[in-house]
Amino acid sequence: MAFQITIEDTGEQFACSETKHVLAGMQKLGKKGIPVGCRSGGCGVCKVQVLSGEYTSKKMSRDHVSAEEESEGVVLACRVFPTSDITLSVIGHLRKAVTR
Amino acid sequence: MAMTGILRPGHVQLRVLDMEESLKHYVEDMGLIETDRDDQGRVYLKCWDEQDKYSVVLEPSDRSGMDHMAFKVATEQDLWRYESNVKNFGIETKRIPAGELNGCGERVRFVAPAGHTFELFAEKEQVGNGISTTNPAPWPRGLKGMEPIRFDHCLFYGNNFEENFKFFTEALEFQLTEQIVDGELQLAAFLTCSTKAHDIAFIRSEEAGQLHHASFLLGSWEGVLKAGDIISMEDIPLETGPTRHGLTRGQTIYFFDPSGNRNEVFAEDSYVYPDSPVLTWTADNVGQAIFYHSRQLVDSFMSVTT
Repeated sequence: MAFQITIEDTGEQFACSETKHVLAGMQKLGKKGIPVGCRSGGCGVCKVQVLSGEYTSKKMSRDHVSAEEESEGVVLACRVFPTSDITLSVIGHLRKAVTR
Repeated sequence: MAMTGILRPGHVQLRVLDMEESLKHYVEDMGLIETDRDDQGRVYLKCWDEQDKYSVVLEPSDRSGMDHMAFKVATEQDLWRYESNVKNFGIETKRIPAGELNGCGERVRFVAPAGHTFELFAEKEQVGNGISTTNPAPWPRGLKGMEPIRFDHCLFYGNNFEENFKFFTEALEFQLTEQIVDGELQLAAFLTCSTKAHDIAFIRSEEAGQLHHASFLLGSWEGVLKAGDIISMEDIPLETGPTRHGLTRGQTIYFFDPSGNRNEVFAEDSYVYPDSPVLTWTADNVGQAIFYHSRQLVDSFMSVTT
């Protein structure tokens, strides 16, 4: 079953099935708005806050999402599988790592 | 003996979020071989052509990234000599007793200026490479996945770049092989303790102690292509490749393990001797230095670490 994901920051919308994580759903439809990194819960660049909607999630690195944040719907989009329509806002970003 | 002191990367201990998924990735898909487990839940893996018992240790954790990278030194005297060098550089060291990691002798542990934890050891149990030492076959049967030959190097992002470079080249006696420079400023340093294009590399960053990737050697360009096939077949998150690096001229592909730690498999990179010139890439040509064909920097490659 597919659910509607809305990125509040950009207004971008896409469908995502409960078997795909939200970031994969976004990428598969060529949509943009959430930064894409490791897609495995480790790097933290796809950090989002779920504003409304239900989901299941897989383990994500505590370097990026604390237990408290996780309980408040702050998650990594690559670890979240929708079980209803979801509206989210983007927190993470690709940091400029090489400094001069 | 032609090669003395620090011989090679001995192992990397990676933190993983889910051991079952990680073993599917490292053993079934990449093709490392499981050799042991311990009571802390750590799993020990090796590549087929390594004599030592393991070159990768997977540690169950609630966060991703690297615990430490260890180098093997030639003799016990070397171990104590480098321990003294590290201390004289002003860095604290800690001795980890033999057997804390299965089959490994006493280790000297310290944090380098860029914020990464390293260890040195002189002894590790050898289990061989599955081939007889008399009239050896060219390769063993029954290899899986990408068939990596050895754990080759790590690349790190870190701060205190100049101090870290001084530490590696002076206290640990590594040789600079290639670099990226912006005028007088060094942005990247590729370093070897042997005759390889790199045994370790550092990229200048604001953030301390970040792992960019752990890398494994393959036998050929065809092997890199086959790795790309496996990555797509098994739905492994691909980052970029197959392509060629300007730096080290290696043929390469990058992807992520199930905890988001970046892996590289590559083939046919360059080599150095102690009298080889340093190769320099300029910042205005950094695209070609990193991805020789496209010359385009990949956003995630430049900024995503664990």
